[in-house]
Amino acid sequence: MSLMHTQIFDFKGGVHPAENKQQSTELPIACAPMPSKLVLPIAQHIGAPAEPTVTLGQQVLKGQVIAEAQGFVSANLHAPTSGTVSAIELRAIPHQSGMSDWCIEITPDGQDQWIEHAGIVDFLDVEPSVLLERIQQSGISGLGGAGFPSHVKLAADPAKIDTLIINAAECEPYITADDVLMRERAAEIIQGIEILLRIVNPKQCLIGIEDNKPEAIEALTKAIQVSRDDTHLIKLAVVPTKYPSGGEKQLINLLTGQEVPVGGIPADIGIVCQNVGTAYAIYHAVAKGEPLISRITTVTGAACAQPRNYEVLLGTPVSELLPLAGVDHNQMNRLIMGGPMMGFTLNNEEVPVVKTTNCLIAASRNELPDPAAEQACIRCGMCVEACPAQLLPQQLYWYAKSDNLEQLETHNLMDCIECGACAFVCPSNIPLVQYYRYGKGELNQARADKQKSDRAKERFEARLARQEREAAEKEAKRKARAEAAAKKQAEKKAAPATATGTSADAAQANAAQPDMALLQKKLDAAKLAIEKSKEKLAAAEAEGSDKVEAFKLAVEKSTQKMKDAAKAIAEAKKAAKAAPAANGASDKGDPNSPERLKNKLELAEARLKAAQDRLAEAEQQGSDKVDALKTAVEKQQERVSEAKAAYEQASSSASNSASTPASRVEPEPVSDLAAFEQKVLAAQTRVDKAQERLAMAQEQNLDTVAALQTGLEKQLAKLAEAKAALEQAQAGAQEVKS
Amino acid sequence: MKLLNISSPHLTRPGNTGGVMQQVILAMIPGIAALTYYFGVGHLIQIALAITVALIAEAAVLYVRRKPIGFFLKDYSAVVTAILLALALPPLTPWWVTTVAVLFAIVVAKHLYGGLGQNPFNPAMIGFALVLISFPIPMTTSWTAPADLAASLSVGDALSMIFFGREQIDAFTMATPLDYYKHQVAVQTADEILLNPIFGPAESSHIALGWEWINLAFLAGGLYLLWRKIFTWHIPVSYLGALFVCAILFGWDADTAVPASLHLLAGATMLGAFFIATDPVTASTTPLGKLIYGAGIGIFIYVIRAWGSYPDAVAFAVLLMNFAAPFIDQYTQPRTYGHAKAKRGLASKD
Repeated sequence: MSLMHTQIFDFKGGVHPAENKQQSTELPIACAPMPSKLVLPIAQHIGAPAEPTVTLGQQVLKGQVIAEAQGFVSANLHAPTSGTVSAIELRAIPHQSGMSDWCIEITPDGQDQWIEHAGIVDFLDVEPSVLLERIQQSGISGLGGAGFPSHVKLAADPAKIDTLIINAAECEPYITADDVLMRERAAEIIQGIEILLRIVNPKQCLIGIEDNKPEAIEALTKAIQVSRDDTHLIKLAVVPTKYPSGGEKQLINLLTGQEVPVGGIPADIGIVCQNVGTAYAIYHAVAKGEPLISRITTVTGAACAQPRNYEVLLGTPVSELLPLAGVDHNQMNRLIMGGPMMGFTLNNEEVPVVKTTNCLIAASRNELPDPAAEQACIRCGMCVEACPAQLLPQQLYWYAKSDNLEQLETHNLMDCIECGACAFVCPSNIPLVQYYRYGKGELNQARADKQKSDRAKERFEARLARQEREAAEKEAKRKARAEAAAKKQAEKKAAPATATGTSADAAQANAAQPDMALLQKKLDAAKLAIEKSKEKLAAAEAEGSDKVEAFKLAVEKSTQKMKDAAKAIAEAKKAAKAAPAANGASDKGDPNSPERLKNKLELAEARLKAAQDRLAEAEQQGSDKVDALKTAVEKQQERVSEAKAAYEQASSSASNSASTPASRVEPEPVSDLAAFEQKVLAAQTRVDKAQERLAMAQEQNLDTVAALQTGLEKQLAKLAEAKAALEQAQAGAQEVKS
Repeated sequence: MKLLNISSPHLTRPGNTGGVMQQVILAMIPGIAALTYYFGVGHLIQIALAITVALIAEAAVLYVRRKPIGFFLKDYSAVVTAILLALALPPLTPWWVTTVAVLFAIVVAKHLYGGLGQNPFNPAMIGFALVLISFPIPMTTSWTAPADLAASLSVGDALSMIFFGREQIDAFTMATPLDYYKHQVAVQTADEILLNPIFGPAESSHIALGWEWINLAFLAGGLYLLWRKIFTWHIPVSYLGALFVCAILFGWDADTAVPASLHLLAGATMLGAFFIATDPVTASTTPLGKLIYGAGIGIFIYVIRAWGSYPDAVAFAVLLMNFAAPFIDQYTQPRTYGHAKAKRGLASKD
């Protein structure tokens, strides 16, 4: 049975840069000597950074866990040699931004003493979960470049996976780490693949390799022939050399003709993809019990006297690796970690080799000249032909340049894999990928902003709805109270009227007087309602809310009510004018009586309080209604002082001219009592409301909690005060009665 | 030594926009040679004049726009525009007509829209259309007769006619085959029309004397550019295909309409297919869009040649499709990897 998988598809686009691979394959893999220190970043993989488990000065053994995976998508980190933890601090890590991150520094003791470890001898007979567990423990993440923790990919449901793809394409120029690994250690790779087969249990396994590696293909062929794979699942799929055939999506397309759906992963179409170097590391982890502590790294470039592949301990500083290949610092103009198409430049040679470091290119200026000046895009379309994601690079360039985020999204910018094929072919030397990175950043920012504002809007609308509901409840309660009070008063009035047996006219007049008060109250309420509705309407209009219509209706309704009330008052006044003639003695109807004035004063005070509350709230929220509310408060204050003055004047004149104090003393405490009760009730509702608000704030974790807490305390104090006053009044009333 | 710190990719294919333009110029040489062989040195003089005016105009505008003059002149785009325009003009076009056309092409059609890469319309065709409409008489009477039919024009004669006057010009000029056939087909049969010497000596297998070789020479240049991957096959193929289909559909009877062979191998057909319609700046850029764009030009060329009042129509057809190119691009996006289907149209508001 043939080992070759012959049905190779083609992916659209792609380029053929000069390979420059032969320089570093002339010599076999060399073992890099022990460096003076090892610097191990805790985040060498995609996912949560590992958490250090060692302390400064601690002795560690080779293979000991020095940082533990955090969660499932994370990977352990092991000491590459025995020695002392000499630092845990922020150090420059290999990253295009040159940023720093937490690193554990180990100073080797030279003993290179292993921690106790053992391989699984019969690894093809144990349960897949045991193998998976071992891979997870060994800190293995993709060695191809992205560094995705391997156990996460392998944990896919085996029932859904029918193809295991081993990525051995190594399509980027210069890099030969996988190539030499396959040439020299093919048997171990195939055993690693067998372990993967045991875990994934696919129907076929394809090793995708470019046809520019004949030696590796031969070595793999031999290794497969002597392997234990008696089901003949493993096939070699030799693909034509074309960049970026080693991109996961492109390789899947090449070998199966399928495409990974947008936003999905290969497992969605029944495929698991692993790098050939990862398969090698998995073999060592499972069969030998050795965690991932070293890797093969190509050191090449024109500034190297002898380009070569090295087996390097993770954490080896680049500065200690470059001299091994005889790098001439006078020639080196650009130092690249990774390949020339997708790698990034280093400007600090102290950064270490990490799990994903497959190549270091010390390039001379001749080799990779400084970028030429950017010329105008002539829309030649060479980039369209080169794009392996079938995008329209020149359109994306225009839209990125003009910040047209909508069009960037429509033109699928986020599907760009940043392979650099477009920039490679661009005759105008436009750094296209840089524009796309910028565009992606802007798109991500815009998406985050939108999410944030959506959430804020939701919160605000919920708050508005709650306030409305509360206001409606309050209004209903108030109405109920007012009606009850009116009834009571009517009964009260009715009683003395019949008792004294005054004329019908007088009774009518007397009945008309409380009507007046009620009507006046109604009018006031209607006016207040209109004001409130208008406010809400304005707010709604400013926001462009869809409640505008409803608010308009409410304003109209309230206006109508006010008109009705005003009309009723006018009628009542007419009737009242006639009444004094009949019953001149009645001072209840006197609008300037101290009691009326007192009522007025209380009303004004209540309104002032309400206005102040509203103002405080608005200020807290930084609403733009603050100014309007301030003037409203001032007006209310004026009214209160006016009412106060009137009341004082009236009461003083009343006491001065009090001819029948005895008859007047009696009812007063009673009415006072009622007022006190009402005050207590009001205070109680306020406290309740404050508590409610506080609870809500605490629930939503708003930052107004503290303010609301003090507010609640104040309300509680007021309630206590009101209660005390009520008690005093009651005691006084008792005294009077007795 | 300070290390260079830039983002990927670090590898770029050598070459620049100037190189692309030089390839285009190189590919026009066979066509220019054929034109010169059949119609004399007129075109060479026009090319020299047009390049001179174009470079001066380009430099002047760049100076006014405060752009680096040397950097932009080196992209050769003005030179290409000038050559294309000169090739489209009749060989004995008066110098001032050429100058007006070039100035308008470079200053208005190119730089007023933002310079290279920003112009929505093909500058050369804008310049050509302007003078064709504004100065119809010199534009239609300045074609020399093909070699073999008249005494060939000396360099001195050509220069004096272009720069100083047109006294004896009628001795040398002649209608073009497309024009002649179109106007005679109403009153003559195909056999009678083809007796006219501009279609070659009687009993010969010429399609249109000289023009066939000129068109084949431009076709050869175009194939070279295709091989060099300067542009893709889409536009020339759909352009020629649409023109051919139209000519077969409506002109199958050579006694009533211009035959397909004449449509393909006379006039500016091949120059248009490989050097004008493929101007990337003003063409559609998506693969499907290019097919539509090219086919549109082919159809418009046939429509204008058959039923319009101009003998040739490449300029107008190209300009009409230039209008449509941005729109076509919006509706012909390719299906991106991993997407079930291609997106169409403008960004949709949600």
